Amino acid sequence: MLNTFMQSRLRGLMILALILIILPAFLGNPFHYELVTQMAIIAATVVGLNLLVGFAGQISLGHAGFFGLGAYFTGIATGTYGWPSVPALVVGAIVVGFIAWIVGRPILRLKGHYLSMATLAVGFIIAIILNNERALTGGPDGMPVPAFEVFGWELSAFGSYSLFGIDIEGFQAWYIFASVVLLVAVWFALNLIESPIGRALRSVHGSEVAASVVGVNTAKYKSLVFVISAIYASLMGSLYAHFQGFITPAVASFEFSILFITMVVLGGMGSTFGVIIGAVVLKLLPQVLADFQELEHVMFGLILMLTMIFMPKGLLPTLTAFVSRKMRKKAGGEA
Amino acid sequence: MTALVEVKGLDKAFGGVHAVEGVSFSVEAGQVYSVIGPNGAGKTTLFNLITGLYTPTKGEILLNGESTAKLEPNELAERGMCRTFQQMQICMNMTAIENVMLGRHLQLKSSLFTTLFRLPSLRRNEAAARKRAAELMEYVGCGDYLDTDASAMSYGALKRLEIARALAAEPKVILLDEPAAGLNAVETAALEELIRKIADQGTTVMLVEHDMKLVMGISDRLLVLNYGRVLAEGTPEEIRQNPDVIAAYLGG
Repeated sequence: MLNTFMQSRLRGLMILALILIILPAFLGNPFHYELVTQMAIIAATVVGLNLLVGFAGQISLGHAGFFGLGAYFTGIATGTYGWPSVPALVVGAIVVGFIAWIVGRPILRLKGHYLSMATLAVGFIIAIILNNERALTGGPDGMPVPAFEVFGWELSAFGSYSLFGIDIEGFQAWYIFASVVLLVAVWFALNLIESPIGRALRSVHGSEVAASVVGVNTAKYKSLVFVISAIYASLMGSLYAHFQGFITPAVASFEFSILFITMVVLGGMGSTFGVIIGAVVLKLLPQVLADFQELEHVMFGLILMLTMIFMPKGLLPTLTAFVSRKMRKKAGGEA
Repeated sequence: MTALVEVKGLDKAFGGVHAVEGVSFSVEAGQVYSVIGPNGAGKTTLFNLITGLYTPTKGEILLNGESTAKLEPNELAERGMCRTFQQMQICMNMTAIENVMLGRHLQLKSSLFTTLFRLPSLRRNEAAARKRAAELMEYVGCGDYLDTDASAMSYGALKRLEIARALAAEPKVILLDEPAAGLNAVETAALEELIRKIADQGTTVMLVEHDMKLVMGISDRLLVLNYGRVLAEGTPEEIRQNPDVIAAYLGG
């Protein structure tokens, strides 16, 4: 029984669910909840980005642009025009997916550094638009976003709710919501990777020539994964906007894009759970390093550098390889 | 009967160099058709032209009577053409069997919705594809490597894996570019056996190969290239006695 569970392809997902269920026991105050909820939303974004970067091997240095577009679509649609949250979220994702498709078709012909530059430019353009369209976005000052609501039921970080007879605070409700979203995001990503579509995506990374001669339309799959990862970013951007209650163009900034990519690379490209760890570590590190004050950024950079030098494949893949090596050695010693 | 692959006046120039010049020939369905010639004769260029990786400077290629001029490699694959490479093209980020299952790509159409929710139909198709891929790996002789990472496999095993991947696509014609390069005598004998098996099942085989013993043994017809031009074309017996071929090969 335990054995079949451990071999199950959803093992990782179950462990993640378990961690998310146990975690509240260690969360003392609303600030902790806020941090973890942000982590979950950003982790889901990075899981989507990893489909593009880690599996299909195409880089995007402008992904915060799509995140920002989703956030602002929600902000404007719900705040300025009074749309309900879910339609805003869905329509936003469709619009952003369409934009990604239009933008992706020409730029995905580029490879390597050229693709990096092009995606970087896309991110910059989106950030500039958000900064300058003051009438719509409030410009650099940002804009308030109403609470998330479904059928008149409002999910606010400051409210109080009753779930199955248990009284919970708004920030706890958000934590539960974000956890479920993360689990679904991971489940979709896992299903996608382990499918003919996922194989085609990975083959684009492995050998585009090999992919094309067995009939994979590489251009189509690159577009597809670019759009999917943009939709992930857009949906999470929308949720982020609702959760924060206030957004500024910083959500679409270059720094944010780099943060996403760093999470993917640090956690382990092509490892869905690795990039979640990457997101957690990179969100947590500044908190832990805050005690060092002015040295914070130096320490942050140093830790990243050392990790990449000694664990070039990323945190999770390196650790898994280490553990399985130990286990094999142990098994060998017993035999 | 129309030829399966027909090449008419094919020309490919890289700058001023004519890698392939005025080449014409046709391959009937079911044949083992080999292209031989000294290094730099344009054999691989010819294969790259036929499989759509290069665009011809002049001339035409017909697959089953249809011009391939505007077709991408993946569209040629849809029409039943698949190949292996001299410089092996294996996805090193996947396991061996995933590489072969990739070959089933065209047979495995599933919608994004089916994929995201991993509906039963997808699970069934995947299981069937995996079974078929395992059979093919057994067939080409790398059945011991099913879940091995491709990056951990030996050169010879990868060569066979690439053939299994091409066969997984169930092609009408399979192009093998120097499959025996780098193989030892035992492996070459196994390869010869394998090519024969493939041909016996009705798949047309086109072969670029240096190993004369292998080529002469299994080919129905041969094309000899020299400096991008056709030096001779015919059955192995005709080629063996052709004075031009002897001159080119022996430098006489």
